Amino acid sequence: MSEINKNEVDIVIGALNADLTQFLNSWKPFFSGFHLIVVKDPELKQELNIPQGFDVDVYSKTDIDKVVGSSNSTMFSGYSCRYFGYLISKKKYIVSIDDDCVPAKDPKGFLVDAVSQHVNNLENPATPLFFNTLYDPYCEGADFVRGYPFSLRSGVPCAASCGLWLNLADLDAPTQALKTEQRNTSYVDAVMTVPLKAMLPISGINIAFNRELVGPALVPALRLAGEGKVRWETLEDVWCGMCLKHISDHLGYGVKTGLPYVWRNERGDAVESLRKKWEGMKLMEKSVPFFESLKLPETALKVEDCVIELAKAVKEQLGSEDPAFTQAADAMVKWIQLWNSVNSSG
Amino acid sequence: MVEPANTVGIAVNPTPLLKDELDIVIPTIRNLDFLEMWRPFLQPYHLIIVQDGDPSKKIHVPEGYDYELYNRNDINRILGPKASCISFKDSACRCFGYMVSKKKYIFTIDDDCFVAKDPSGKAVNALEQHIKNLLCPSSPFFFNTLYDPYREGADFVRGYPFSLREGVSTAVSHGLWLNIPDYDAPTQLVKPKERNTRYVDAVMTIPKGTLFPMCGMNLAFDRDLIGPAMYFGLMGDGQPIGRYDDMWAGWCIKVICDHLGLGVKTGLPYIYHSKASNPFVNLKKEYKGIFWQEEIIPFFQNAKLSKEAVTVQQCYIELSKMVKEKLSSLDPYFDKLADAMVTWIEAWDELNPPTAAAANGKA
Repeated sequence: MSEINKNEVDIVIGALNADLTQFLNSWKPFFSGFHLIVVKDPELKQELNIPQGFDVDVYSKTDIDKVVGSSNSTMFSGYSCRYFGYLISKKKYIVSIDDDCVPAKDPKGFLVDAVSQHVNNLENPATPLFFNTLYDPYCEGADFVRGYPFSLRSGVPCAASCGLWLNLADLDAPTQALKTEQRNTSYVDAVMTVPLKAMLPISGINIAFNRELVGPALVPALRLAGEGKVRWETLEDVWCGMCLKHISDHLGYGVKTGLPYVWRNERGDAVESLRKKWEGMKLMEKSVPFFESLKLPETALKVEDCVIELAKAVKEQLGSEDPAFTQAADAMVKWIQLWNSVNSSG
Repeated sequence: MVEPANTVGIAVNPTPLLKDELDIVIPTIRNLDFLEMWRPFLQPYHLIIVQDGDPSKKIHVPEGYDYELYNRNDINRILGPKASCISFKDSACRCFGYMVSKKKYIFTIDDDCFVAKDPSGKAVNALEQHIKNLLCPSSPFFFNTLYDPYREGADFVRGYPFSLREGVSTAVSHGLWLNIPDYDAPTQLVKPKERNTRYVDAVMTIPKGTLFPMCGMNLAFDRDLIGPAMYFGLMGDGQPIGRYDDMWAGWCIKVICDHLGLGVKTGLPYIYHSKASNPFVNLKKEYKGIFWQEEIIPFFQNAKLSKEAVTVQQCYIELSKMVKEKLSSLDPYFDKLADAMVTWIEAWDELNPPTAAAANGKA
């Protein structure tokens, strides 16, 4: 992998746990030299415990209120606190990892440098227009296969890099509750581009993106009525990902999935989470046909405009299905207002 | 450096899956020595050998294999004038084997493909994996980030719509290759020493609406679901193009599978590809294809089959009409190809008359 310019990267961590000592120390070999933005969940009461030795800026409720106004800080509660980090960052690339994940080991036993892998994915082109059966054609030892059109071999800019998880995979509550012992032990050694028009559930647990290219498209918008502090009780990242993929497809960018892996630890109880009414399921069912048939106007050429158009369509077509969609549409519009105001004065 | 597996001492599987429902189709011009190392995994199955080139040459089949063999004389005898649709002096002739088979499933493999090793050193039973792929549903409507959700130890991830978790029937299982990768001639010339040593431990469904380069070296499919669309085109002797047979079939089957709601998988199993073909010879064969595919790809990407096309044959005939209409201007070859596509379907239906119960198309 090529050398990374660390000055182009912000590592954004949403703190849902107060004690980040173990988390940050486990990532030290790979976070060292990078600037970190830690955003504390505004609803977390305890003081954050952050170990020495990191170049880190910490933001808590008071900081969030100052920048976006206290009436808007609910937009950044729970897992969505990280989006505040995305908002105020000034860097080209963002890498974001949940605070219950530590570095994974590859099959050779070496710790995986997730940050480098993500940035590498972002710096190399994506190939959404035609599927390469040997996966990433730009990596060492691989190439485009016979039959791959030559005109498509320079690829398109990569907007996002979606990583995966060993140990506790990102399964939903019913699935994990049914298979309590199931752990992901399969290390699939590949990065690939998710094809144009293909929808996928993007997980916020281990993600990176090109902020300069698509920053405003990562929207903290869909909030479940019973949203909780474990991933099984959220859908904000999945909704964000559907928007991001659609906008990337529209603008001719690519989204990659696969490496890097992180090791995800136990937290919460899937069966407990099941007790909550699983409204996320219903919302996803409604979202799929919406995104499948959605066509953004050709005149929407800027990411911000795409988000506004998307919000309009959500309100028109999904608003009557569930109030969560209307709220999401409003949040998307508000997000763009905040983005424009924060990033023009910077 | 990657090596093929040593299969000496591995016992033949006493209960091979789908033993009486699957044919193995192998095109050959030389010999079938490679079948010695495949014994533990392939011997229980019936082989259909399609002998290309000089029909007077005797092809030796290793002891213990049950097979039927067809050379050019047989093809001409069986198909009569329709034999014109079967390529000569090109491995595309293998599709004749698909046509004469009476089984539900086909596995096709090249005669320079050996048994691969997985990262633990174990010999890969490629056929067993293909069968697993075909018997398990596909998920073309929504991409699962943990790849095949039906695999042991995997599942659908959070956010994957529940209504899509039943999946659809799998029509095609496309396997990969360690050692000599399936590169085109220009890439072979630039990277003659590159070897594929990366074992990617995943099977995945290629999303609906996405085309891919289908390689015929290590391929399996459900003949009942998609067989008539697996025509490998007009290649080789007397044709302006070669090494695009499987590509052509792959674009056709993908459009038709997308239309009929069938799935196409790619990934495991790996085989060990032992022989690198001559890149200069390849360049001569592929040369026109490299330019033509720039037009062909948009053609397939935009091809829309009608609601009335509900069987594979109907879809394929419609596609042949579109080829004639839209690609003939690219080169008169496509006019011939479109006719050959029709001839192929006529020959297929002749050799595979539909029974009252059987119906090709949607499962």
